[in-house]
Amino acid sequence: MLTLDLLNEMNRLHNEVDRVFTRGTPTLTMTADAPNLNVWATENELQVTAELPGIDPNNVDVSVEGDELNLRGNFSEKQLKEGQRWIRQEHKPFTFVRTFRLPFRVESSKVNAQYTNGVLSLTLPRAEVEKPKKIEIKAA
Amino acid sequence: MQSNQVLQETRPQAVQTHPETNGGVVYTPAVDIIETPDSYELDVYMPGISDKTAEATLENDVLTIRGQVERSPKENLRLAYQEYEVGDYRRVFTVSDGVDRERVSATVRDGVLHLVLPKSESSKAKRIVIKAA
Repeated sequence: MLTLDLLNEMNRLHNEVDRVFTRGTPTLTMTADAPNLNVWATENELQVTAELPGIDPNNVDVSVEGDELNLRGNFSEKQLKEGQRWIRQEHKPFTFVRTFRLPFRVESSKVNAQYTNGVLSLTLPRAEVEKPKKIEIKAA
Repeated sequence: MQSNQVLQETRPQAVQTHPETNGGVVYTPAVDIIETPDSYELDVYMPGISDKTAEATLENDVLTIRGQVERSPKENLRLAYQEYEVGDYRRVFTVSDGVDRERVSATVRDGVLHLVLPKSESSKAKRIVIKAA
C-alpha cells in the first residue's frame, strides 16, 4: 500500500517554484523603467503580471520560447496639440526589453496574454512533455 | 518644469504609510499635467484601477484623487516571485480659482485616470481689442 506523503509533495512544489530564483535571475537589458513582474505559480501553470498603465498593447511584444519569456515594448511620449504645453511630466516615455527564465518550459501555443486596467497578465501553461507523470505502481 | 500656481501640492512621497482602514500600502501615483487654452488636464497613473475603483473629489480648494486595487487572492496559486507590491493610491492637490469647479470631468482608461479641469472664464487669456483712438 502506498501512502501519499503530503509534506513531501508540498516541499517538492515549493522547491520547483523556488527555482525561479536559483535557475537564473531575470536579466534586465536596457532601460531604467522595465516593468516589474510578479509571478504566481502552481505546479503546471504560471501567471505573470506587470503594471503598464496607459500603454498601447500594440507596442508590447510578448514571446515565449521553451522556458524563456521575452517581454519588450515601449510607452511613447504623448503628442501635444497646438496650444498645449506640459506643466509636469512624471510618467516619462520608456522602452523595455526583458528576458525572464521560467522554472519550466511552457506550451507556447497555449499562452494567454491580457491587458486589463493597465495590468498585463500572462497565463503560461507548462509544456505537456514536462509535466510530471505519476507512475502507477502495481502490486506484483 | 515650472511651478504651477493652479495646482499645488505639498511634497509628494513615493509611498505613504497612512493608517488607512485596510492597513495596506498607499502609493502616490505619477501624474502628468498639461495645459490647454481652455483647461488643465491630468493623467494619473494607477495600474489596477477601473472607473469603479477610482475616485476624485473636489472640496473647497482641495482635489483628492484615490484609487483602490483589488488584491484578488488567486486560488491555488502561490506568489513565487515578487518585484512589486500592490497597493491603493492617493494624491492631493490644491486647486486655485482659475478652475471652473462645476465642469470638472473624469474618465478612466487602462489604469489611467484622466481629469479635465476647465479654466474659469475670468482666468482665460482674453484678447484685448485695440482701436484707433
